[in-house]
Amino acid sequence: MSILGRKLTFIFLLVSSLLSPQGYAQLQIVITQGVDNPVQIAIVPFDWNGFGLLEENVTDIVSANLRNSGEFASIAEENMLSTPHEQADVFFRDWRFLGADYLLIGKINDTGAGSALQVQYELFDVLREERIFDEVLSGSRNQLRDVAHTISDNIFEQVTGVKGAFATKILYVTSQRVNEDLSYYQLNLSDADGGRPQVLLNSQEPIMSPNWSPDGEQIAYVSFESTRPRIYIQDLATGTREQITDFPGINSSPVFSPDGTKLAMVLSKDGNPDVYVLDLRTDDLRRITNHFAIDTEPSWTPDSESLIFTSERGGNSRPQLYQVSLETGWVERLTFQGTYNSKGIMLPDGVNLLMVHRESASDEYHLAIQNIDRGTMRILTDTALDESPSVAPNASMVIYASKAGNRGILNAVSIDGRVKFQLPSAQGDVREPAWSPFFD
Amino acid sequence: MQTYKVFKLGMALLLSLTLMACASSDTDDMGDASESMDTSSDSSTSNGGSSATSSGAGDNGGLTASQVRERDNALGMTVFYFEFDRSDLSAEARAALVHHANHLKDNPSTSYRLEGHADERGTREYNLALGERRAQAVERYLQVQGVASRQLETISYGEENPVATGTTEAAYARNRRVELH
Repeated sequence: MSILGRKLTFIFLLVSSLLSPQGYAQLQIVITQGVDNPVQIAIVPFDWNGFGLLEENVTDIVSANLRNSGEFASIAEENMLSTPHEQADVFFRDWRFLGADYLLIGKINDTGAGSALQVQYELFDVLREERIFDEVLSGSRNQLRDVAHTISDNIFEQVTGVKGAFATKILYVTSQRVNEDLSYYQLNLSDADGGRPQVLLNSQEPIMSPNWSPDGEQIAYVSFESTRPRIYIQDLATGTREQITDFPGINSSPVFSPDGTKLAMVLSKDGNPDVYVLDLRTDDLRRITNHFAIDTEPSWTPDSESLIFTSERGGNSRPQLYQVSLETGWVERLTFQGTYNSKGIMLPDGVNLLMVHRESASDEYHLAIQNIDRGTMRILTDTALDESPSVAPNASMVIYASKAGNRGILNAVSIDGRVKFQLPSAQGDVREPAWSPFFD
Repeated sequence: MQTYKVFKLGMALLLSLTLMACASSDTDDMGDASESMDTSSDSSTSNGGSSATSSGAGDNGGLTASQVRERDNALGMTVFYFEFDRSDLSAEARAALVHHANHLKDNPSTSYRLEGHADERGTREYNLALGERRAQAVERYLQVQGVASRQLETISYGEENPVATGTTEAAYARNRRVELH
């Protein structure tokens, strides 16, 4: 038997209704460090032609997104000399006077067709006095947040040349401890800015290692709900899920391959933790590493041909990062600097390796990036007990978990280290963020 | 313990009753352990002829009062602690585990669930592996004492289920542990 017969389970619906969740852990971005000379953008509140109040303030969301990227500063509304909503009313001199590099204007129209809205917007380069982007989006009234994230993505790309990642999602795990014997664990899904949080799984047993399929339609994670760590795959649209593994010992660290056909994982069924790859089409399970030391935390290289993994085969209980070729099984050690290097993720450039790093035994755990060609190590973070890095699909930011006081908290840092923000939650421990792929 | 309620609920829906009965028979805590020891002594006396090797160890009659006290104290010890990044058993742990081993050998239908834990430093999945290594250290020691493999199961919780909160060395030391259930 290659792997257990797949069991389609709907238990999470039942568990969700039986346990009382302690409320949503809503995250909110607080920027702690931006770039020295941010791009100045003036965002004129969009004109609303329709009845009643809109559910969301689109321009506020766009403004917050751009500011929280650390690359932008927005011009205060009260300083604006005019509030144009179409090109004919734009006087570039007014905006140059305010120091604006870019100007965003637009309007939201009720089309009269059901609840459909039309959002038209225009982006201007103030210095060159020209319109550089315009678009008309349509959606229902409850899709205004999606519309705002899409507008943010387009502005970000027009100005920085990098595809925006505002219309993406994050998964994260929260826990609320009641006493030594009782904690509530939740697997959560929200917008990348923490908006629209929803609970995907409630449990009184730990939940670990959420991971996205490359199309963003499925997630894999580890749940202890059977009192043993087991791997599940859950479909986000339908909520149905499958238990993927039921081996003795550790079943952990599920990671979808970049082409979505395979799931790397860690199993200790043969005595100690080793890396395996499950072919999701054929159920064929292949052992990739075979060593008496701990091998864990697999992640795929961008070309899908190798896995990066953490191993203490080098000895002294000091984990280091290794790369194994799936075709030949050849193992190569990648890190030599520091007493603890784990949870390696190869960035899309195939050269820069992100990891959790501890320099000496007395140092803190921080995120670091090593250029594997040159061997140089750069420390990215200065928070406490940093772990669980996850890279935005545009490779601009890393979201990660750290400790603030006695509580787990999420943070983000740009790959170049210039921008930093926190995602504090009002309650509980927050950890193990996983940034979604692009959904388009 | 709360975990078993959830466990039973889930298993009842998913798996057969046989599996559940087997896995939920190991809820001994301090009090239960010494109690079941006493009752098992009775039962091993009554059918002692069937198991020649276990008749001496489980029989209170062969022990002095202080030996019984020592045994019961040892069986009351169900949490064992470890140094940072280590999985070596302390001398005290080994001494107590000898009594647990005898208890298991005298009660072949009893099983232990060995839950391994780590402190929060370092990455979660690596800590899951460290917790398993600690649970396996206890498992191996019990097996060397002659306990059957089928009576033992190891589960690692890594750093997911701390006893102590806080970021002090004292809190970390309490969390690096193996619990017998």
